[in-house]
Amino acid sequence: MAYKQYILVCGGTACESNKGIALVEALNREVENNGLLQEVQVVRTGCLGFCEKGPIVKILPQDTFYVEVMPEDASEIVTEHIVKGRVVERLLYDKRQSQAHVGVDGLDFYQKQFRIVLRNCGVIDPDKIDEYIARDGYKAMEKALFEMSPNDVIKELRLSGLRGRGGAGFPTGVKWSFAAAQPAGQKYMVCNADEGDPGAYMDRSTLEGDPHSILEAMAIAGYAIGASQGYVYIRAEYPLAIKRLENAIVQATEYGLLGEKILGTDFSFKIELRLGAGAFVCGEETALLASIEGNRGMPSPRPPFPAVKGLWGCPTVINNVETLANIPVILLKGADWFSKIGTETTKGTKVFALTGKINNSGLIEVPMGTTLREIIFDIGGGIKDGKEFKAAQTGGPSGGMIPPQFLDAPIDYESLTSIGSIMGSGGLIVMDEDDCIPDVTKFYLDFTVDESCGKCAPCRIGGRKLLNYLHKICDGAGTAEDIENMKEISLAMGRASLCGLGQTAPNPILSSLKYFMDEYIEHIDEGKCRAGKCKNLLLYSISVDNCVGCTACARVCPVNAITGERRQLHVIDTAACIKCGQCYDVCKFHAVLRS
Amino acid sequence: MNTEIAKAESAETLTPELIAFMAEWRHSPGSLIMVLHKVQQFYGFIPRKIAFEVAEHLDVPLAKIYGVITFYNFFKLTKPGRNQIQICMGTACYLKGGEDLVAELEGILGVGLNTVTPDGEFSAEAVRCVGCCGLAPVLVINGEVYGKVETKALHGIIAEIRKR
Repeated sequence: MAYKQYILVCGGTACESNKGIALVEALNREVENNGLLQEVQVVRTGCLGFCEKGPIVKILPQDTFYVEVMPEDASEIVTEHIVKGRVVERLLYDKRQSQAHVGVDGLDFYQKQFRIVLRNCGVIDPDKIDEYIARDGYKAMEKALFEMSPNDVIKELRLSGLRGRGGAGFPTGVKWSFAAAQPAGQKYMVCNADEGDPGAYMDRSTLEGDPHSILEAMAIAGYAIGASQGYVYIRAEYPLAIKRLENAIVQATEYGLLGEKILGTDFSFKIELRLGAGAFVCGEETALLASIEGNRGMPSPRPPFPAVKGLWGCPTVINNVETLANIPVILLKGADWFSKIGTETTKGTKVFALTGKINNSGLIEVPMGTTLREIIFDIGGGIKDGKEFKAAQTGGPSGGMIPPQFLDAPIDYESLTSIGSIMGSGGLIVMDEDDCIPDVTKFYLDFTVDESCGKCAPCRIGGRKLLNYLHKICDGAGTAEDIENMKEISLAMGRASLCGLGQTAPNPILSSLKYFMDEYIEHIDEGKCRAGKCKNLLLYSISVDNCVGCTACARVCPVNAITGERRQLHVIDTAACIKCGQCYDVCKFHAVLRS
Repeated sequence: MNTEIAKAESAETLTPELIAFMAEWRHSPGSLIMVLHKVQQFYGFIPRKIAFEVAEHLDVPLAKIYGVITFYNFFKLTKPGRNQIQICMGTACYLKGGEDLVAELEGILGVGLNTVTPDGEFSAEAVRCVGCCGLAPVLVINGEVYGKVETKALHGIIAEIRKR
């Protein structure tokens, strides 16, 4: 049945938790009430990326882009836009859309993006395999099975230059060739969907928006390396992604695209889910395998590498979700096409979860080589409330802080490493003048110390020592010697830790010491936190000149530390003050001073 | 869901469903974590008595089960409150005031994190990134996500949950 119009509703996590489900129901009801069931289809898609303004609704074929749509708006969208063809102006993101024809691609947010991994997110209904197939789904697997030998597949991947998107950037084709070279027998293909980086949700969105692309890529990998069993290791905290994957596996098996003798060939491949249970260290390959085996997720020394001796001692390839999502496209369009995108050393695109103090938070995909400036200011729309950009963190707790002077650095593995950060899995967190660098560094260390498995001493003890120094500095008790000690421990930890978690945990410290030393020195020498985050260093007082005695501060103070009669000067009892800053925020006369 | 948990607890014996689940998984390697997930889904935590039964059914030492439970953040050894609150402490939420939410919530509930209120109604925990960074700062109450939460709004949110 051909519909005349489609109402696409974003089913990404941010939109869905923001009344997205009620919105779909309301739209369906309105479509039915207006007798349009034969002509209009409401589709719940994967993430459209523009999470800041969710829930997002897109109307096709007009390509109208509505933002912050609430269930109450459903009736107006259907009766005005669908029935009468009049755009609902107040819901438009870009008001230009009401005047001229400006397609969604024309919006600033999408203009510099290029979607390979997210090709189907926000386009298809992830619960329907037919919609995936209609967009060339499972065609790459068919091509691999009927037109290519396992070696051809690996060769194509190597030529494409695809590198692992989990963070380290190991060439995917090379990884596969190691496992393929092992003697035939039981081998495993594992998809790492244990997205643990706080502040990142790329894999979640891919799995929720396009689960079949991952299944197809895993089957291709299974064919290439000679594995008949695949596992998706996924966070238990992602219930929607789990549901959609389970559903996709059932559908693909029914269609004969997974299971025994796929498409009538001799190739069989099954996929099962294994749930993670909240351990950041399980992003490390050997720890992840231990977890699938039902054990504590502790890493073990490499070599032997998993490609030689992995799950239950068998050769195992582990790829990240984003890496896999590229693979069907590479096989269909060819290595040549793919390797033309990106930079000299880093091909293709990168998905980022753009968050923090930025106007357009969301999920974006850009060609490698795009600069941070383009991402933050052109796509992200700049810093919130016109504040000043201070730093961007890529790679989460394993990455580094990138200062303003490197905004024009192109995004690729080598360039990010050269400026003290890493590509990481795709979290991109923007900090502004209100963020205190030692405080954010402390946040990251707190995370890695908490997540350290404790197996090796450099990580277990070094991390704790580093965190203690950071606490000391943020409390105003730091010394110059502490900085030297932190540097020394960081270097030792980076070299001697057993796995990636410990090796990279000092990165936020090393990069912030390099680029933001002045803030550390301010904390130590002057007892000052310029961002006003480190509460122990703050002192609130009331200006004699500015205070009009409106009592607003006294009323808001949670501990009654402010006294003063109406229209009289107010006074803060610094001994009782808990430095929550509410008086500072509420005063309209700039009379509350923070120093 | 909540009444289901309450019912299951009062019995605190293995249900036929769990026994069947374990029988199904018993021979599949590495099944322990999957079984523990199922147990927690049912009881809201992993009761000691059930852990003994799991050890027997799967033929793994109790010490190993304890090791696994304590390694992973997701598994709980104690019974949570009837309403479970998760405060996101991912980076985006931290930058946008997640810590202030924790302080305010502790004030409202009168107990610290990871502690059940005396009436058994609430327990709150800080979690790592629920993946809704666009909505930071984020709270999850009984599976429902509250985005862009201001400290001022917390009182109202908790009061509303209390009424349910």
